[in-house]
Amino acid sequence: MTAEWVFNLYVFMLATFVGYQVISRVPPLLHTPLMSGTNAISGISLVASLIAAGSDHRLSQILGFVAVTCASINVVGGFLITDRMLRMFRRKPGASASTPPPGGAPAKQLEGVKAQ
Amino acid sequence: MTPTAVLLSLCYVVAASLFILCLRGLSGPETARRGLVLGEVGMFIAVVGTLLHKDIIRYDWIIAGVIVGSAIGIAISGWIPMTKMPERIAFSHAFGGLASALVGVAEYSREAERLTHFKMGALGLEVFLGFLTFNASLMAYAKLQGLITGAPITYKGQNFVNVAMFIGALVLLCFLVFDPLHPAVFYAICATGLVVGITGVLPIGGADMPVVISLNNSYAGLAACATGFALGSQILIISGALDGSSGFLLSLLMSRAMNRSFTNILFGAFGTDIAPTQGPAVTKAYNEATVEDAGAVLKASQSVIFVPGYGMAVSQAQHAVRDLAASLERRGVDVKYAIHPVAGRMPGHMNVLLAEANVPYEKLFDLDNINDDFARTDAVIVVGANDVVNPAAKKDPGSPIYGMPVFNVEQSRSVIVLKRSMNPGFSGVENELFFQPNTMMVLGDAKKTLLSMTAELKDGGH
Repeated sequence: MTAEWVFNLYVFMLATFVGYQVISRVPPLLHTPLMSGTNAISGISLVASLIAAGSDHRLSQILGFVAVTCASINVVGGFLITDRMLRMFRRKPGASASTPPPGGAPAKQLEGVKAQ
Repeated sequence: MTPTAVLLSLCYVVAASLFILCLRGLSGPETARRGLVLGEVGMFIAVVGTLLHKDIIRYDWIIAGVIVGSAIGIAISGWIPMTKMPERIAFSHAFGGLASALVGVAEYSREAERLTHFKMGALGLEVFLGFLTFNASLMAYAKLQGLITGAPITYKGQNFVNVAMFIGALVLLCFLVFDPLHPAVFYAICATGLVVGITGVLPIGGADMPVVISLNNSYAGLAACATGFALGSQILIISGALDGSSGFLLSLLMSRAMNRSFTNILFGAFGTDIAPTQGPAVTKAYNEATVEDAGAVLKASQSVIFVPGYGMAVSQAQHAVRDLAASLERRGVDVKYAIHPVAGRMPGHMNVLLAEANVPYEKLFDLDNINDDFARTDAVIVVGANDVVNPAAKKDPGSPIYGMPVFNVEQSRSVIVLKRSMNPGFSGVENELFFQPNTMMVLGDAKKTLLSMTAELKDGGH
């Protein structure tokens, strides 16, 4: 029987490799949205903050409350601001279409492009 | 496992896969927004699922925190201008670090008697990294905002002190792992994290901020990861690892783009001891040009490349750049933008600003994709960039930026440099480009200069 912490180390290792692979495909064009997006995702510490704030321990409740506040700022603010940024990245219709989009992604027309 | 616990675990599995798909979407601008929606859904599932957790027995503090945090988050994201994005990212890392650190303190105060050795170690790392990220990000914010000087602050034995404090924290942690019931030691680790956060960023100069911000991103992720180990929560481990590897990769890319090692940036205090013996270059002759002179050059040009730098962000000139480019394009000129990986104060800074000004992203080119074009270009307009166009990086082994990949701007027929004054830039390195015969220096606020250049093109006609 593998100890829990060994199992968790496996999870960590695999997630790090997946993260490295996925993120190395992000073009420099989108590095700022990447930072603000991963920041929103790391707001997942909200999950841990919720448990601290919802406990029956007084100090834990107060610290948890502050942590929930901070993490919510990152989750809500992070996703909103990343979306605001990504909305700005668009191709001009009629702009020189000779160059392929950076990143080499197949130029499928997806919902993301035509919104506004 | 109770049925609720099974449901919660399944929620986390779904959320983790959605996070990975979210990041995958960011591999191209066409898929990015759809990807982000997946991330939002994942977060929603994870949070709602957590409310079912057996250890949550009251909701008042939770509701209050979520309401306050969401209100602040909405307010900040709605009003902040794009030019302030590095500051806002630095600030959000501070929040992320603080959240992890406080969760760690809460966990310790609740569970100290029941902690295993491994969990104690994870908790210690969590609070150390969390508080370190918190203060380091606030320092980065203060440097970006100009609250403290952007220049490196150094003193004798600085690196020794920093390394000693770091090792001291690790020693304390080892002690605590074997005997967790020493609150004083635990809080000493917290305090050390706070102090190292400040002293570690002091010697790093403003021009190295892209690396510092990426590193803080990585630390915030690792702190979340440590939280996951301490609580035995895989979703935290996965998300923290994604964030951590993203920050790490970005810091690697940034330091590679400056041809410098991590250690050099962290301990180098770049820009301090550039000896004044570098030569009295200030007295060298340069061509100061008027807007009319620059306009005349542009009127005779068929191809123009813009090279934006931090100065464009400072004077908020991105829309003025776009206007000048538009009027050039109306005259049939081929316009491109050359974006250096470390231009600005965070990864991708210039791309976001130009996107805000409606510049289509196909016109933005990386170093490798545009560097051969300069020799075939009639005019280059350098908007508040300095080190990334400094030929010394290629020619002068004595220069502190020697070896950094830079744009071959000097190869184009004429170079128009928009700059506030003839003072050397942020890094304090003299730039030979400004003194070349084919370079015109148009001094003053970049935005005003660009606006008058646009007007000049209109007035002058063909």
